[in-house]
This record gives sequence, C-alpha cells and structure tokens, in this order.
Amino acid sequence: MQASRLKAAVALAAAAALAVGASGCAKSERDDDSGGAKTGGTFVFAGAGNPKNFDPIFNDDGESFRPIRQMYDTLVQNKPGTADLQGALAESWEHDPEGKVWTFKLRKNVKFHDGTPFNAAAVCFNFDRWFNMKGAAAQSQMIYYSDVFGGFAKNEAEGVGEPVYNKCEAKDDGTAVVTMNRYKGAFPGAFALTALSIASPEALKKYDADTVKQNGDSFEYSAFANEHPVGTGPFTFGGWDKAKGEITLNRNPDYWGEKAKVDKLVIKVIEDENTRKQELRAGTVQGIDFPAPADRKALSGEGFQVLDRPAFNILYLGFNQKNPKLKDLRVRQAIAYALNRQQLVQTKGPGGTKVADEFMPDTVLGYAQDVQKYDYNVDKAKQLLKEAGAENLTLNFYYPTDVSRPYMPNPQEIFTVLANDLQAVGIKVNGVARPWNGGYKDDVQQFGKHDLHILGWTGDYNDPGNFVGTFFGRAKVEFGDQAMTEMFDAITKADATVDEAGKKAAWEQVNRDIAAKWLPAVPVWHAPPAIVVTKDVKGLVASPLTDERFNTVSVG
Amino acid sequence: MLRVIVRRLLQLVVTLIGLSALVFVWLRNLPGGPIEALLGERATPERRALLVKALGYDQPILVQYAKFMQRLLTGDFGNSIRSGDPVTEVIGRAFPATIELAAAAMIIAIGLGVPLGYLAARHRGRLLDNLSIAGTLLGISIPIFFLGYLLKDVFTQNMHWFPPSGRISTGVDNTDVTGFFVLDGLLTREFDAAGDALWHLILPALTLATIPLAVIVRITRASVLDVLNEDFVRTAEAKGLRHKTIRGRHILRNALLPVVTTIGLQTGALLSGAVLTERVYNWGGLGTLIYNSISGGRDYPVLQALILLAALVFVVVNLLVDLSYAFIDPRVRVR
Repeated sequence: MQASRLKAAVALAAAAALAVGASGCAKSERDDDSGGAKTGGTFVFAGAGNPKNFDPIFNDDGESFRPIRQMYDTLVQNKPGTADLQGALAESWEHDPEGKVWTFKLRKNVKFHDGTPFNAAAVCFNFDRWFNMKGAAAQSQMIYYSDVFGGFAKNEAEGVGEPVYNKCEAKDDGTAVVTMNRYKGAFPGAFALTALSIASPEALKKYDADTVKQNGDSFEYSAFANEHPVGTGPFTFGGWDKAKGEITLNRNPDYWGEKAKVDKLVIKVIEDENTRKQELRAGTVQGIDFPAPADRKALSGEGFQVLDRPAFNILYLGFNQKNPKLKDLRVRQAIAYALNRQQLVQTKGPGGTKVADEFMPDTVLGYAQDVQKYDYNVDKAKQLLKEAGAENLTLNFYYPTDVSRPYMPNPQEIFTVLANDLQAVGIKVNGVARPWNGGYKDDVQQFGKHDLHILGWTGDYNDPGNFVGTFFGRAKVEFGDQAMTEMFDAITKADATVDEAGKKAAWEQVNRDIAAKWLPAVPVWHAPPAIVVTKDVKGLVASPLTDERFNTVSVG
Repeated sequence: MLRVIVRRLLQLVVTLIGLSALVFVWLRNLPGGPIEALLGERATPERRALLVKALGYDQPILVQYAKFMQRLLTGDFGNSIRSGDPVTEVIGRAFPATIELAAAAMIIAIGLGVPLGYLAARHRGRLLDNLSIAGTLLGISIPIFFLGYLLKDVFTQNMHWFPPSGRISTGVDNTDVTGFFVLDGLLTREFDAAGDALWHLILPALTLATIPLAVIVRITRASVLDVLNEDFVRTAEAKGLRHKTIRGRHILRNALLPVVTTIGLQTGALLSGAVLTERVYNWGGLGTLIYNSISGGRDYPVLQALILLAALVFVVVNLLVDLSYAFIDPRVRVR
C-alpha cells in the first residue's frame, strides 16, 4: 500500500515537473516568437462598411484598407502616430539627383504568408504588374496607382496620361531599383500608400489576380482579391463571412516585425453608427471609428479611450468663379473675412479642431508661417464688397447631406453657421442641400451648379502636392474651371523640385500666393478624427493617416 | 380559360419588358450614377472616361439595354458595386435573414395577438380590455425605429439581457446550410449556435412584431365580439355545451376568418417594417440591403434587381388573383 502511494507520489511529482518544464518551454517559445508579450485573445473592431476586396491595388477606401494593412506591408511606412516615413519592407531607400532612380535596400528573411520569399524580384513583379495591367475594367479601379504613376504601359482610354513608371530591376535579392520617367513630389511618401502594398507573386499568379471582369454596372474580382489575399503583414487572412459580416484575420507567427499580440483580429461590419456605439458599450466590440463629435465627451466619460488622431485633413469653402462676381478677388477676400471660423471651430468642431490658414496641416513640408490671414472682420468684409460693387450679392451655397467625413462630421451644421456669417455682411445666401451620393458631387464637381460649396480632404501621404496639388494643380469645375495658369504652373514647378530645401521654399511661396493672390477657396479647419477603444485595449497608436496597425494591440 | 391565361401571360411579358426599360433608363439618369458610386471622391475626368469605357456607357443606349436584357434573361443581374459579388448571391444571402426575422415576428404576433384579442373580447369593458386597447393603440402608433432603439437601450445597454445587434455572436461557429441561423444550428446539432442565434433574434423580432401584433389583437377582439353576439353561440350555451368546446369550435373558428386575412396582409407590411428594424439591429437582410443600396453608396445593380424582383412578384400575384377571379366568376372569362 505504502509502495503504491510512493509510486503515486513519484508519478505525480514527475508529472508536475514535466508540466512545469513544458510550460517553461511554451513560455520561452512565446516570448521569443512574439518580440513582445503575446497576450492572446481576440480583438474585435467595428467597421462601418464592407470592404470591396483584399487586393490592395484595386481599392481606395478606408473600410477596405483597414483589413488590407493588417495583411500586407509596403516598402516604406508611416511611423506610428505620425506621417513621417520609416523603413518597412525596404530598410532604406535613396534616389539619384534627378529623383528618377529609386534604390531600395530590402529587408532580409521576410516571407509571404504562403511561404514564398520576399525579395527584389517580388517587388519588381508587383511594380510591373501594376504598370502592365490590361483592360479598362482593371485600370479604372486602380485609383491610387493612377494618382501616383499616371498612365499604364498601354492606356485603355484616352486622356489617362503618360506613365511616370519606367522599369524595375532586381539588382540582387536585396536590392530593387525602380526607374521613373520623371520625378514626382509624391515620392517617397506615396510608396507608403496601402494601395501600393507588396503581394505574393506566386499567389497573384495562382489566383488570377489580374482578371477583373465587367459585369453589368460593376466589376467582378479574382479569387486572390476575395478569398486568397497573401502579403507579408502581421496577420494572415482567416476568412470573410459575408452572411455574418465578419472578416477574421489570424496572427502571423512568422511576421518579420513586431508580432501581433492577439491571436485573432475580427473586423465586424456594423453600418449604423448608433449600433456601433451600443456594441462598444455592450463589450461585444472593442473598438469603433469616427465617433460623432457630440458623442466624444460622453464616451470618454463612460471610461472609453477616445484617441484623437493628429489632424491630417482640411475642410474648405470653395468659390465657383464662373459667377462673375466671385471672379473678383475682393469679393472672395470679403467672404473670407466674413467667416467667423474661430467660433465655428469652438461650436461645431470636434475637440482639438484648429482654424486653418492654409490648405494643408502645419506638419507637411512647405507650410508657410507668414501667409496672409483672414481673421474675422465684418467691417473689412463689407468694405471690400462695397469696393467691388457687390453689396447686393446673392449666392447659391451647396452643402451635402447624408454624409459624415472625418474633415466634415456635420455638414448641415457647418453650412448653417457659415451662411449666418455671410448674411451678417449683407450677402443673401440660398442654401442648396444635395445628398452626398445623390447629386452633390455631380452638381459641384461635374456640373459646377453652385457658387459656394464646402468640401475637404484627408491626406494620403506627407506631401504638399497631395493636398494643394490635388485641389489647385489644374483647372477644376468645382472652382469654375478657371485657367489660373499662374497658379497651375507654380504648383507644377514646386512638385517637380527635387532638392528638399528648394521644394520647401517653392511650396511655401505657393501657399503664400494662394492666400494673397489667388484665393480659389477659404481654408476652414483641420479636424482631428478619433478612434475609440474600450479601456482594456492597450497599445493602439492613433495615426493621422488612419493607418492603424493592430499588431501592437492587446486586450485585457 | 386557356385564352385568358395566354392573353394575361403575354400582358405579363410586355409589362415586365416595359418596366425593365423604365428602371434601366431611370437609374441611369438619377443624379450620382454608377460612375460616381464607383469613383467616390476621387472622380477626375480621366477616371470617368476610363470607367465609361469599362462599363460600356460609351455605347448607344439601345445597345446597352439589349446587353442588359440579354443578361437579365439568363438570370444575371450583374455584380454589386459595394461588394463586387454577383447580385443574385447578395440577394440570396440577405433573403433567409429577412425571412427568419419576419417568421419570428409573425410567430410572436400571432402567438400573443390571438389569445390577447380573445381575452379582451371576453372581458369587454373591463381592465384587461382597456389595457389591450391602449396597448394596441401604442403599438400601432409608435415608430419602429424609435421602439427598436428604446428596446435596445433598455434590454442591452441597461439590463444586458440581449446583444445589441447582429445575427450571431462573434466567435460562435455555425455551419451555413439554409441561411436560417436558428434552423441551421438545430439541423447541424450545433445547439450553442442555435441558442445564440435565437438570443439575437428575440429583440428584433419583438420590434418588428409590434404593429402586426397590435393589428391582430384588434381584429381578433372585434371579430370575437361579433361572433359572441351570434345566435349559434347563444344556442350552444343554451344547449349546455362546455365553455372549452364553445370557445374552440364555435367562437374562435368563426372569428378567425378575418384574422387570417389580416395576417396575410400584415405579412406584406412586415417587409417594409424590416427595412427599419434591420437597420437598427444591423440585421443583414433584404431591408438592410435596400437601405444600403439607396443611401449607403448607390448600389445600382442591386437596387435594379430588387425593384425588378419586387415588380415580378407583384405582377405574378396579380395574375394569379385575376386568374382565380376568372375561375370563380365566368363573366370575367367572357369579358
């Protein structure tokens, strides 16, 4: 009996020792493997809409990019919490004095999720794939590619423009050399665009990624885009349950960078804003995006972390110079003086909103400290209107409904305040409300039916051309399609300046001239959009570019 | 009779062709067409030109319509702008969700409505009757979206009894067989999934059930009151029949005829209620699909298909009704 007890005690001790040993092994494995503490569990984030698909190059919206940036990497990326660049798949990069030849030194020992190696050949495969894309359907959906690189090897429609890209050479496994036909100010910032993420060449070929079929009024994408996206990112694709509205991503244990702390990331699609908040309060999701300005204080008071992103956007009031009265700079200046933007910021802006004096945030290269400012001044506005003979001015002020944008969370309220300011200086305002997707963009951007309108932009990367160049780099219906050639030329010249100091000076001058000489619009505000998480979520860094990567996030 | 059927079928074909042309032209002339929906904020003249070519909008409208009809005849409605999936797949996914919700709402409405209506009638003028009248008035007049948010606030935010939205909890594995989550859970013996789906179903079903419930209570009450005054009820009572027999065999059986008609009419009304209920509860059914196709980004192919399908159902039902008239009333056949 005693012997058997002894045996049992020994067996128990041995089992305990084994268990301790095993747990020690497991622990040390986890720590080695994670490059930080792995906490396990699932992070559930509420998305506001379904992604289009998961092939980065065919996407241009935030809901698609959120899962995509967890699965893929770009050559360079934005430092967490800023719009500054740091190495990602490329450890370093340099360009020749003309800014045409870009040499990327690539990170070693990186693998795609399908086990194939990441190297210079893979980088060139991706660049060549974009450049050689065939078919009007595919080309029409490569919005960011055409923004950055202009045209294709063979353009499928007229007017698409000459390609900026020329070729890519794999000097060796670790060196990719990309040659452009001309320099563009967008580089190197644009290499951090999620749309230009590097995908596995094997998977792209295997799942026929380049096939985009037109069917009716829309397009059908490949199996790669819908079911087999393969990148190098911290999470791998787990599945997209469309009936449940859930995208599941799994931790990539072989990730080259900081490995994900959670085992699973679920993006749950909840289109209604109120429902997203309720799910957050119920604890069934741990994060939501873009809370309404009015809800921020309440959510913060309830113990949620309301993380303000540094504002990287602009809201402006635009002038349609097809109206002869608005062609007069004095009238445009009068309107600028008439707007009490400080009060608007205080009453209608989300916390942290700042009055804008230029059309880009002050963190972007080329922001001038000494532009002409239009502080609220009713007398000056009236005087300018009198000088211009526009005292009985009547203007059609277009504003959108059924929309909330990070730079414009509450368009109707913004319109009301601005219209009151204009009426206070004697301008008669006819407010014209149009649904965002049901005529506003058409009326303003295509047909130019308005006199005044509000619109804005969130920056894609840290470059003045992405803001000022986008708005005023060429004639646009929105501003009256005016041939303001002096302004267009100045912007083109600034964008083509390669050396940093010259570029800075050129853009500063553009900003000064926009404010004093051209004034095609009035910058209104920079509004920081927020992201909200429950109090047990740690490690989330809010990005000015909404470029949050969830590998640093832990729950509990 | 055969001539009537052939004539009506021909009329049906003409109606559908006319309607398809109308929908086709109308959607293409709405402000913010498919081009804007696909390009969003980044629409430039070059991108519009590329897309116009890609979608074949540069071809004559008749050619476009012919291609559209050619696809339509093979049951191909194109692909959704929002998801890129075939429209038939998108609708097929949403359909079971709405049917599940509507069926649950109808079960609640009938299960509670008929007994409540009966009891209110039997206790006419007393507290129960007055309460039921007040309750049904409230049920008919309260806006569904308001009730939805109210129920959510009370039962999910404050009491934490039910989940705020969705059809099933994140992390619950369920095998998709029919698309009806509760039924699928039972069929595959995944009882956790079935229970979870049922738990998610209760609040939205209650919300959607309010209007039909109120209507059914009122109609049942009125109908039972009518029947209670009938001679045959008095005769049955005079004969000394048991209450149970009188209630079941004589009162309810006669009173339920108008109730059944009402239930049929309310089933159609449920679909319009589903749009708001599904929106409030993030329920991925046809209601959500309709809402999103219109306001959430103008998904024209889906909208087009939903309009045509709704019209087809409407036209076919009307045809059946007309044919049944012809069957019942010979004068229709002659005319």
